[in-house]
Amino acid sequence: MSELTKLTIAEARDALRKGDVTSVELTEASLKAIDAADALNAFVHKTPEIAMERARAADERLKAGDAPAMCGIPVGIKDLFCTKGVESQAASRILEGFKPEYESTISQNLIDAGAVMVGKLNMDEFAMGSSNETSTYGNAVNPWRRGNDEAQLTPGGSSGGSASAVAADLCLAATGTDTGGSIRQPAAFTGITGIKPTYGRCSRWGTIAFASSLDQAGPMTKDVRDAAIMLEAMCSHDPKDSTSVDLAVPDFEAALTGDIKGKTIGIPKEYHMDGMPDEIEDLWTRGKEMLADAGAKVVDITLPHTKYALPAYYVIAPAEASSNLARYDGVRYGHRAKLAQGDGITEMYEKTRAEGFGAEVQRRVMVGTYVLSAGFYDAYYNRARKVRALIKRDFDEVFAVGVDAILTPATPSAAFGLGEMKDADPVQMYLNDVFTVTVNLAGLPGIAVPAGLDKQGLPLGLQLIGKPWEEADLLNTAYALEKAAGFVAKPAKWW
Amino acid sequence: MSIDTATAARVAKLARIKVEDDALPALAQEFNTILGFIEQLNEVDVEGIEPMTSVTPQRLKRREDVVTEGDQQDKVLKNAPDAREGFFAVPKVVE
Repeated sequence: MSELTKLTIAEARDALRKGDVTSVELTEASLKAIDAADALNAFVHKTPEIAMERARAADERLKAGDAPAMCGIPVGIKDLFCTKGVESQAASRILEGFKPEYESTISQNLIDAGAVMVGKLNMDEFAMGSSNETSTYGNAVNPWRRGNDEAQLTPGGSSGGSASAVAADLCLAATGTDTGGSIRQPAAFTGITGIKPTYGRCSRWGTIAFASSLDQAGPMTKDVRDAAIMLEAMCSHDPKDSTSVDLAVPDFEAALTGDIKGKTIGIPKEYHMDGMPDEIEDLWTRGKEMLADAGAKVVDITLPHTKYALPAYYVIAPAEASSNLARYDGVRYGHRAKLAQGDGITEMYEKTRAEGFGAEVQRRVMVGTYVLSAGFYDAYYNRARKVRALIKRDFDEVFAVGVDAILTPATPSAAFGLGEMKDADPVQMYLNDVFTVTVNLAGLPGIAVPAGLDKQGLPLGLQLIGKPWEEADLLNTAYALEKAAGFVAKPAKWW
Repeated sequence: MSIDTATAARVAKLARIKVEDDALPALAQEFNTILGFIEQLNEVDVEGIEPMTSVTPQRLKRREDVVTEGDQQDKVLKNAPDAREGFFAVPKVVE
């Protein structure tokens, strides 16, 4: 039975349609794998009843013969998505016990497509983190290890539970969200595929907000074809999100020809970082060669403001977070602190937020408050937004001269050990997103594809960045890269 | 720009997060590390650049100013830590 959860979405879809397997069988296999993997701490709220009910409904739909591609597929949902009647906490204590009375558009789209939710997935608190260590549920654990070393590694973050679950074959795919790299970095750390679409492609309605001008949902899957299938099911125009784009959703899977002859791939010189491991440089070089061998033209490009992306991000994202998280006041939902005799409403706010938010969330809310405060708004917030405009202009200029996609490493290192960054200052952790954060600031689609193993046997990923709304083309380039890289390694089961 | 403990306390107050006095020096130090990182932005020539408001040029859509999904008091109150008689209950606000 456990073999069933190793299937890709495409393989399972074909088997379901042929009647070789039922959604009930797939779902039971997934629930069993989840129960046997508590050591990974990937699933934090299991939903077996909902799963079995949806699996039976999917089997009916499959029998009727009009089932969409995701019908009957067991998927995990990141805890950031509001799911009706099911705990949705953004991995924060402040939302303890919160069970939404509504369903996020993304998870509703997946329900409509017949997908089967098997549970909610661990993450960094409010998606703020790069190692899943800020979660109120405790760390999610990477199924990969450094050879025979039993040290636990991070699955990355913030979508760490999603990455761990898919890499360990607990479910066939999972949703993630990406504000600065939170889909692509964990995908790279766990040897799976993750795509962040163009800002506006996926509705943000019902997804607990971190930084609204940067947040995008996307799929985390076992390969590029699955990413295409699942992304299509997640995308829609949604009147409930005013930044959701009113564009037709293409047939992404149909775009996967693997033919990239004549495409121009840009290599940005600013992504060569001091102190980057040779293995990452080598992987990047091999990636260039693979795309060139497939018929693409590889050219050197310059994105001069790259260096300023992380500092701009650490103004803009905390500023938006401080506004978005103002809603957690202990009045309408979630945790409220016990009050002392004589405490008024201000004490209630202050105690509730001190107890409910973890250290990293508090830090970012306060940094955001500071950069938005009177006297500093222009110096920090407005300056960061101007730099953001320049970062986007860098990309616009290379696309305008004919570059179709940009190839970079996905992360500056392989997965690191849980606890290893404990004594580092916050900025050291922020550097994890150095290659991914530019993409959020410019609103572009970006995809991480596993491309090799390092000397310790850990997966490494490459990132491709595409033009706005050209996810289909980007997925096809990623498909060509995936075919050339031939990454098939899996973590040895220890959990 | 260096943040002292008094500024850290003021920011915590503005953010409505209770920070104990003995935690303020460490907090101020963290702010200074992060703000030191952000200071790099001062190297960039932003003369004549408009601050970005949206990554895609789009006008926010408008809709009629009407009730869309009303009459859901029970659902609205369902997750409240303290709801009484159809209202959110909070400690005394006005003396």
